[in-house]
Amino acid sequence: MADATASTRRPERPLSPHLQIYRWSVTMFSSVFHRATGIALGAGTLLVAWWLIAAAMGPAAYDDFTAVAGHWFGRLVLLGFTVTFLFHLLNGIRHIFWDSGLGFEKPTARFTGWLVVALTGLLTLAVWVAAYASMGKF
Amino acid sequence: MASPKTSLRTPLARVRGLGAAKTGTGHFIALRTLAVALVPLGLWFLWAVIAHAGAPYAEVAAFLAHPVNAGLMLLFVVTTLWHFRLGFEEVILDYVTHDGLKVAALLANTFFTAILAVASIFAILKLAL
Ligand code: HEM
Repeated sequence: MADATASTRRPERPLSPHLQIYRWSVTMFSSVFHRATGIALGAGTLLVAWWLIAAAMGPAAYDDFTAVAGHWFGRLVLLGFTVTFLFHLLNGIRHIFWDSGLGFEKPTARFTGWLVVALTGLLTLAVWVAAYASMGKF
Repeated sequence: MASPKTSLRTPLARVRGLGAAKTGTGHFIALRTLAVALVPLGLWFLWAVIAHAGAPYAEVAAFLAHPVNAGLMLLFVVTTLWHFRLGFEEVILDYVTHDGLKVAALLANTFFTAILAVASIFAILKLAL
């Protein structure tokens, strides 16, 4: 394969999107964001483990956890994880359909992309309203 | 390497085992299988957190101690961490090209998820048993 002209020829395969050149589209955003949210959720597993370990250790440790979770900064982090989790879950369903060969037509892919964005917003709101209601805040 | 024109080796045999990961199909299927399981488990987990937001300690402990809830929580934690290990492995293989760093990153990924899995499983079992 290694012939002298190989490096000067144009590669005959599609190149990756170039972030500074491409105009952002919903399909591009959801692709990048699926990876970003997957990585961020990896950090979220630490929070889940902390919650479970605190519960296993007893009331004092659990109170420490709820104090952090109830602080405005803790709430902000949890809000971030709600958005991240819901986006990755909903877009993950989209990926599962793609992996079975469905939904690749451009109009369909654009529609489901916007659908995931809209549902992420709506469900995030629903989760927080439900959580505050279950804390008896309404 | 013998040129394609003079060798009887098939093109497939030349590429099999190459690429950053050396193998792939099983990894691909496992990641998606875990993702399918994570849709219901993830929704259940969200519900569990919402229902116990700000709940007193005794209530949370009793919820997690129930065998069905403990079982679902075990499934959620193990599925999530396994899915993350496979998914993050893909990310590492895409970006880390230096062999030594790649091995170190893959090891760290496995150790991180294994330690978190054991810690979470231990906590759930301590509450449930
Ligand atoms: C809750 C339900 C979830 C679903 C339905 C889901 C679904 C998926 C799917 C289908 C993929 C493959 C995407 C592709 O085809 O390229 C994927 C990738 C990934 N997921 Fe999830 N996932 C879920 C939760 C999580 C969680 C909780 C984490 C982290 C702890 C996570 C981390 C990742 C990572 C790191 C990748 C690889 C990203 C990439 O290669 O770009 N996922 N997920």
